[in-house]
Amino acid sequence: MTGTHLCTPLGDEVLSLRAGDRVTLSGRVYTARDEAHLRMMEEGIPFDPEGAVIYHCGPVIQDDRIVAAGPTTSARMNNLTGFLIDAGVRALIGKGGMGPLVVEQLEGRAVYLAFTGGCAALAASRMKLAGVFFEDLGMAEAVWAFDLDRLPLVVGIDAHGNDIFRDVTMNSEKVFHTRFCEGKGPVS
Amino acid sequence: MVNTAESSLLNAISRSTCRAFREAEIHLPGDVIRALSRAADRETSDLARGELANILSNISRAEELGVPICQDTGVPVIYMTIPPDIALTPSIYEAVAKGVRDATLAVPLRPNVVHPLSRENSKDNTGPGMPAIHVQPGDRLTITVLPKGAGAENMSRIVMLLPSQKDQIPRVVAETMLLAGGKPCPPVVLGVGIGGTFDGAAALAKEALLLPVDTMDAFEQELCDLVNELGIGPMGLGGKTTALAVKVKTAGCHTASLPVAVNVQCWACRRVTVGVNR
Repeated sequence: MTGTHLCTPLGDEVLSLRAGDRVTLSGRVYTARDEAHLRMMEEGIPFDPEGAVIYHCGPVIQDDRIVAAGPTTSARMNNLTGFLIDAGVRALIGKGGMGPLVVEQLEGRAVYLAFTGGCAALAASRMKLAGVFFEDLGMAEAVWAFDLDRLPLVVGIDAHGNDIFRDVTMNSEKVFHTRFCEGKGPVS
Repeated sequence: MVNTAESSLLNAISRSTCRAFREAEIHLPGDVIRALSRAADRETSDLARGELANILSNISRAEELGVPICQDTGVPVIYMTIPPDIALTPSIYEAVAKGVRDATLAVPLRPNVVHPLSRENSKDNTGPGMPAIHVQPGDRLTITVLPKGAGAENMSRIVMLLPSQKDQIPRVVAETMLLAGGKPCPPVVLGVGIGGTFDGAAALAKEALLLPVDTMDAFEQELCDLVNELGIGPMGLGGKTTALAVKVKTAGCHTASLPVAVNVQCWACRRVTVGVNR
């Protein structure tokens, strides 16, 4: 069912992954949402970014325990991601895919891994809390270090410009236009 | 002097609100689980099946561990019915808010409510106008909670159609999903409000999310089939199931208006109604 198993820190093995591959990932990841990206741009990355993995996630943490930790919508970080890839980050985990700028930034360097949105309990049962940076940003926006145990993921965007989300979107646009737009103007 | 009957009512409201949140955040309603299981059986692509398997396994995990299904535990949206012998006072609203604050610590809920401009977090999921409380007269005192996550809420839309554009309603619904793509965590439930006023249509769309997803009338089924033709699939990775259901509510509107609102709900269609024992 599941193909390649990946362990952090990641290296050139990510280059051989293809969009649509199912993988599992073990090892250290760092959560980051909007505020954490902005803080890291200003103050620097508080962990070693070489081969690192960023997880778009705002978890629920209680008493040093991960209660719930599913992915957040990655597209909010579309314009905030380049500096991480430049610093050596090899994979992003999130949901919903990312924009053309990120697809380009990933080329030859890193991949985007999709984790099933809303699967916070499944995620929490495969993760252990290992630390925190920027805790003043609040629970959802802080950078949490998690250690993963075989988290099931799908390669959404590979390092060769292939993007499942873009393919699915192009197809749904075609279906919509065939159904509604032939000879008709826009709604408003 | 403290009126003990009143204070015991208010305590019961706080406790029931907290209990409803715990239930809603940890256990999905049976009709939603059945719809997800049917979708898993229907899908043929490996990726779509994998996503639905993760979702179903996550639902079981949340039950086993007694933890929230999703880390976005939402903002508190609450519907109450109040019987004739209870006066609707500010204390009742405050008792519901206390239930939300208690649930934030007890479940726990992620503190999601911030000031819209300063973005300062209240840390207890309350704030001006939050929880959003909607009250209707009823035979019994009941509290319904609908914790609403942002990923799907952000993809919602309202369009003021012209009365001559009635045939465009399916297009508005499908277009909402086209623009949303994988972002609202499909397979979604779409609540559609048709008629009323600008704000009323949006309220109807949200109330439609309280309806069971395992039955649809012919119009709802037509809208649902249309959305599923888009092929966005579970999590936007492609597949047959983009929407589990489309639910429609209507209200009278101005002869010159046709408001259409679409409230997008992720697969974690969380809702619980509890009766308050006085």
